[in-house]
Amino acid sequence: MLIFEHSRKNRRNYSQAPAARPARNNIPDNLKRRSIPLLPEVSEMDTVRHYTRLSQKNFSIDTEFYPLGSCTMKYNPRACNALAMLPQFLSRHPLAPEDTGQGFLACMYELQEILKDVTGMAAVSLTSMAGAQGELIGITMIRAYHEARGDTGRTEVIIPDAAHGTNPATAVMSGYKVIEIPTNRDGDVDMDALKAAVGPRTAGLMLTNPSTLGVFEKKVAEMSRIVHEAGGLLYYDGANLNAVLGKVKPGDMGFDVIHMNLHKTFSTPHGGGGPGAAPVGVADCLLPYLPIPIVAHEQGVYRWLTEKDRPQSIGRLSAHMGNAGVLLRAYIYVRLLGAEGMFRIAEYATLNANYLMAELRKLGFEIAYPDRRASHEFIVTMKEIKDRTGVTAMHLAKRLLDKGFHAPTVYFPLLVPECLLIEPAETESKETLDRFVVAMKEILDEIDTQPEMVKAAPHNMPLRKIDDVKAARELDLVWNPAG
Amino acid sequence: MSVPTELKYAKSHEWIRLEADGTVTVGITQHAQELLGDMVFVELPKVGRTLAQGEDCAVVESVKAASDIYAPIGGEVIAVNAAVESSPEKINEDSYSAWLFNLKPANTAEINGLLDADEYEKLLESE
Amino acid sequence: MPFIPHTEEDVAEMLASIGAASIDELFDEIPTELKNGQLTQVPVGMSEMEISRLMYERAQQDGFYLSFIGAGAYEHHIPAAVWQITTRGEFYSSYTPYQAEASQGTLQLLYEYQTMMASLTGMDVSNASLYDGASALAEAALMAVRQHKSSRRILIPQTVHPVYRRVVRTIVRNQAIEVVEVPYDPATGQVTIDQLDQFAQEEFAALIIPQPNFFGVLEQVDMLADWAHDKQSLAIAVVNPTALAMLKPPGEWGRQGADIAVGEGQPLGIPLSSGGPYFGFMACKQELVRQMPGRIIGRTTDLEGKEGFALTLQAREQHIRRSKATSNICTNQGLMVTAATIYMSLLGPEGLYRVAAQSHANTLALVERLEKLPGVKKAFHSPFFHEAVLQLSVPADQVLDKLRAQGVLGGVLLENYYPDLKNMLLICATETKTAEDLDKYTEVLQQALTA
Repeated sequence: MLIFEHSRKNRRNYSQAPAARPARNNIPDNLKRRSIPLLPEVSEMDTVRHYTRLSQKNFSIDTEFYPLGSCTMKYNPRACNALAMLPQFLSRHPLAPEDTGQGFLACMYELQEILKDVTGMAAVSLTSMAGAQGELIGITMIRAYHEARGDTGRTEVIIPDAAHGTNPATAVMSGYKVIEIPTNRDGDVDMDALKAAVGPRTAGLMLTNPSTLGVFEKKVAEMSRIVHEAGGLLYYDGANLNAVLGKVKPGDMGFDVIHMNLHKTFSTPHGGGGPGAAPVGVADCLLPYLPIPIVAHEQGVYRWLTEKDRPQSIGRLSAHMGNAGVLLRAYIYVRLLGAEGMFRIAEYATLNANYLMAELRKLGFEIAYPDRRASHEFIVTMKEIKDRTGVTAMHLAKRLLDKGFHAPTVYFPLLVPECLLIEPAETESKETLDRFVVAMKEILDEIDTQPEMVKAAPHNMPLRKIDDVKAARELDLVWNPAG
Repeated sequence: MSVPTELKYAKSHEWIRLEADGTVTVGITQHAQELLGDMVFVELPKVGRTLAQGEDCAVVESVKAASDIYAPIGGEVIAVNAAVESSPEKINEDSYSAWLFNLKPANTAEINGLLDADEYEKLLESE
Repeated sequence: MPFIPHTEEDVAEMLASIGAASIDELFDEIPTELKNGQLTQVPVGMSEMEISRLMYERAQQDGFYLSFIGAGAYEHHIPAAVWQITTRGEFYSSYTPYQAEASQGTLQLLYEYQTMMASLTGMDVSNASLYDGASALAEAALMAVRQHKSSRRILIPQTVHPVYRRVVRTIVRNQAIEVVEVPYDPATGQVTIDQLDQFAQEEFAALIIPQPNFFGVLEQVDMLADWAHDKQSLAIAVVNPTALAMLKPPGEWGRQGADIAVGEGQPLGIPLSSGGPYFGFMACKQELVRQMPGRIIGRTTDLEGKEGFALTLQAREQHIRRSKATSNICTNQGLMVTAATIYMSLLGPEGLYRVAAQSHANTLALVERLEKLPGVKKAFHSPFFHEAVLQLSVPADQVLDKLRAQGVLGGVLLENYYPDLKNMLLICATETKTAEDLDKYTEVLQQALTA
């Protein structure tokens, strides 16, 4: 039942709005609203019940194991939320003078310094509000770098075929042509294809390392040399930073610019699809182009740098400073973990992934890159199972829901047919992983004994399989009271 | 899977039929529609647009994928099939009758460079 | 080990299963020369008690102020239920609803949100949010260029929020889209037909129309929308969602209504929190829906015909369409939309109207009081919503410093954005301000002007 269907005309929450309409109103008649907007008229208790019930229809990290590959669904510590929501932080206006926000700015400055250290970059801007926006900033800075050198013939960005869809979408949004290069049988970028692709038109290379195939690009140093020698720059997509945090610094791998998804590696909440935050780090060559604002610390005082301080900056990407509240949560998280905790993230994420991979392999699941170490994630391919039984990766995903596990990422990356991209994250215990293995074993048996039941999953969820074909063919995007 | 022998095929999985009036009709193959799954949206080129061979000129979308359609040969678009725009599922029902658009060829020699049914079947086997 | 549950026995058993001697061995594919074990700027870890102490101290250091600042972010009362429900783990710690059957809560909420926003803006459809108001405006500009096909130029009045204009330029410049600015009438603070008509002979993909504009002033939106449509340009509205409870919605502007409406969603239950996270909203006409960026939710049914919800039109998006997507956006601001939906439900149409009307009335009352002070006058002679520009006879930056010393944040110095507008303050009084608050501002401003 929709909230609108609970609505009764003239029902109001008297304590939530001014007691009466004020007498003064200077809005000219021709600019006044005539229609009543379709907002529900419901009591406070009905609203609370309705949205509490809706929340209970969700899977979440707080309620289920959520091994969604490339999304790093780790536990979001409650202290990060509670302390970021202290009333002084919440009530501070973004344009309030800097001297009224020194406590907040100290957190932001320290976060910048910590992120510089863990990534090995020369400087960091916190402004980016999501991974895809971080990418846009990175590629825009690469463009600014080439333009400042008068090097205007660079029109192409090279992207491996295993990349997230955001990479090619970002390159095109930034006005570049995408040159896609293939992956070899081991899951590494095809070096011959890279050598053939680089040249005077190369603006840069976008790379995720470890890649979305769950393996570390061993030849990253050579890739860096090839691209740099051709005059291009290297972009590091930090989507999988959780796998190497503290172990390898992107700056040491030769990257000129990176974004880090704080909603993954630094455990800020995913919130049902945002808000994220994706600070951008740069090497010295891109430092002048970093987007503002950036926090500076001068003579014991924190202040925002502006375009006056950074005249070559690519500018602004948000109305204010970006997702400050998310950044505060990330700051609290890194202070809770400390330096020693940083190392453990990658270690235990990698341990969990390799353990789960080993256990699933023992059950008979086919591992897409069986000769490689898993990074913090790995791929199972259902191709042979599908050819034999007709049961697809999506069917298995839906059956996992029945057993109380969120499904892994399915059908991504696109190069592995019928794939499940599984990322357990370091905060899951061995018992949880073992329960998941048991569920996978049960499904494997069900595929042999009752494949039609598996194909018809889910069976135990509030709804059976959703008809997304109907959703796209018969678009119903807003509720209409007339029915 | 049957591949009609009277049609010609592009490697990018479009079929074309040479009509009696010298125009050609273009659609997507049974194999292509199976790969894409349930169609939910089709975008066709404007009538009157001139296409070069290999130019992307239309889009077919399913829930899980979107695919560009490339002009198998060059020419001017003289008709489009409005029925598949309003009911994209017709492509799933019979991809060889649910044509997409009709072209006046710029150079009929380009047709000879396309695959025949045998060659297209071999291509499918190799994929 | 914070947030890592493994016991030593667990680790030993797991390594045995893998066939590795140590956790370190799991990193053996990383070339040794790249490995770096040094962190010099990360302090040692803290307990929750210690970090709590630190954060309380920093929060206290920042304190509370009586604020009359608006300029794109507004202080409104937020019902307690909004964030208590929003931070339930099932909303807070879930991800983008890719698995529809395990995400019906988030999906239905987003469908309800789309319905509310489409109605509030008077448009046909809404997406499930973008990052913030400024980036939503940039996306609208890109969308207009895709739709218009012929022109790659956007007309944007200087009465649009200056930072929004800066963000639009940063984002569209990459695609060789030109942003042309329209001056305003210095007497009214509005865009007039005279200013627009100097562009009458040129082609533009869209005209951007703010309502209210950055000065708080109400624009002649019917005239502006019709002017755009007369020359086959799209009309993009950038609006305040609270104001929409009182003001004619973009869908009703002029003869045809605006084509796209965007804005900052923060006033709908989102705390100010130094600038974010907020959310951008975007609504449009039905015929533009396939050009719209971001997540969109559709209502459908399950196998057995029961009502359900799913992400739809996903073929527009980067995870399917890659380089041909409408935008690179992936993650948006889902949790903020959760809060906004609960906020709008708790207020309802009359509640939101009263918030808007009280904010309008409070600003009217404040301006009236301040205008009576010697050396203060209104900068523009136009109707305004809940913000207004005051012209001071003395240096305004010094006045703001004096107000702050009294615990009052007196507004925004316009000169920071418009170098020609000297000694002008942009002020705002929302429904949160009492008569005593207005008196206090009047009193401290009077002192500041005379001292």
